[in-house]
Amino acid sequence: MNSPEIERLIQLLAKLPGLGPRSARRVALHLMKKRDGLLTPLAEALGAAAEAVRTCSVCGNLDTRDPCHVCTDPRRDQSTLCVVEEVGDLWALERTNSFKGLYHVLGGTLSALEGIGPDDLSIAALVNRARRPEVSEVILALNATVEGQTTAHYVTDRLTECDVTVSRLAHGVPVGGELDYLDEGTLTAALRARRPF
Amino acid sequence: MVPEDAAPRPLDRLAVTRLTLSQFRCYESARLHLDARPVVLTGPNGAGKTNLLEAVSFLAPGRGLRRARLSEVERLGAPAGQGWAVAAQVTTPFGEVDIGTGRDAAAGERSERRLVRIDGRPVRGQVALAEHVAVVWLTPQMDRLFSEGASGRRRFLDRLVFGFDPAHAGRLARYELALRERARLLREGSRDDAWLAGLEAEMAATGVAVAAARRELIERLQAAIDQAVGPFPQAEIAVSGTLEDGLGEEPALAVEEGLRRRLAERRRQDGEAGGAGVGPHRSDLLVRHRGKAMPAELCSTGEQKALLVSIVLANARLMTAERGSPPLLLLDEVAAHLDEARRLALFAELLDLGAQAWMTGTDRATFAELDGAATAFRVEDAHVVHT
Repeated sequence: MNSPEIERLIQLLAKLPGLGPRSARRVALHLMKKRDGLLTPLAEALGAAAEAVRTCSVCGNLDTRDPCHVCTDPRRDQSTLCVVEEVGDLWALERTNSFKGLYHVLGGTLSALEGIGPDDLSIAALVNRARRPEVSEVILALNATVEGQTTAHYVTDRLTECDVTVSRLAHGVPVGGELDYLDEGTLTAALRARRPF
Repeated sequence: MVPEDAAPRPLDRLAVTRLTLSQFRCYESARLHLDARPVVLTGPNGAGKTNLLEAVSFLAPGRGLRRARLSEVERLGAPAGQGWAVAAQVTTPFGEVDIGTGRDAAAGERSERRLVRIDGRPVRGQVALAEHVAVVWLTPQMDRLFSEGASGRRRFLDRLVFGFDPAHAGRLARYELALRERARLLREGSRDDAWLAGLEAEMAATGVAVAAARRELIERLQAAIDQAVGPFPQAEIAVSGTLEDGLGEEPALAVEEGLRRRLAERRRQDGEAGGAGVGPHRSDLLVRHRGKAMPAELCSTGEQKALLVSIVLANARLMTAERGSPPLLLLDEVAAHLDEARRLALFAELLDLGAQAWMTGTDRATFAELDGAATAFRVEDAHVVHT
């Protein structure tokens, strides 16, 4: 039996996504073997992050500043809001380097079966932001799941009171994809969302 | 082992070549080595023959041939934390694939989560199974398929569609999820129109795709039935439902819009009754006996069974022509209710198709004509012995 300190480390590691009890033990052992090179710097980094990380009160992003570096960047286009489910989706879009507007993180999707309703998501805050005169377009970048699409529908309805264009990401042929290999649903979506060449 | 005198079939048809069970029903563990030929399982009642068929049925999406809860499938006395598992090596027209599936016991004693691994890699959801394996079954419970409620016939039809259109399983799951979400909102008395409308839009879009896939299969399957010769009765098949009927008259987008409107109008009624009063989850498969010109449910038990067999065989021929292989066929106690001419015709057709049909029976003599042409096992008291 390990000492309580080590057991607690293992139990906490096992709560990380992708780690189970077995891999948590392996990670804990690895950390303890590399105490100076890894464990101490990691502990310091965790402490510093816990101290500094904030949720952006404007868009919901995670950053060390509030408002976050995206919201405060003067070069970004203030007229476009991109709505995403989670911070991970925001980061994915940022990696593309192709979107220069601002974001809004909903914090999840509507799910009656999991008891998540509109009040559990930051939809009211989105409507308030979209009302501002400088905002002209809201892009819905939600997942193509049942919950994601239902939420997109819901948000669109709530935004009708604002003077904005609502658009959503195109569904269809992936970059480098061959038509022959696509399922009918994707092809139908691609046909519907076709555009002039 | 394939005896040298029995010409082995080319291994490009869909076939399970190795099946391993652990903590599954009566089996603590069992392993079967097979080739592409049909499989004959004989033994006394309660020996565990149907359990083997059920294990194979879990290689496709869904709840298996008994529609059991996953925790019910676990062997009584299985060690805690060790869920049941079925692993199979499968040859398909597109190559070999290793499939593993079982109950996620790590998520709890009562967890109903099914784990699926394909070629050793975990995949999310069961729908991916449909891309590799198609399974169609006939069980003694289905002898009443035509006289009982529509849900059994609908499931039977959808399982046939999976074989041609693996995405059908995913669309059905999407449709049912949106349906459940809407039912929950209505039951809780929600009057959130935007949320409901979002779910109804999703139900309409996926629902029309589900109905269109069913209609398309019925049309091609009828053509395959029409070409059949032999002692099995010819069936006249049709699918009936608001969407399926609508698709014959209007473009798909109009049908989609129609369903969306009707769902919106029915919110109060659906909230009181639960579920939804319209949609492809209420459609039915209609079958008539062509020779006798009567609905299937009015035919004798034997004729009803023969009609089902004739549909399953036509489906297998169609799949062979279009997808390169018939599905795996699980024929539980199939010889019961079939006269000798039909029994022999069934065996001949299965061999001609090259289908891996898993057949059970109490008496080995029933399958005498398949000696040498099938892999035979004796199942007794949860032990499987190759004979």
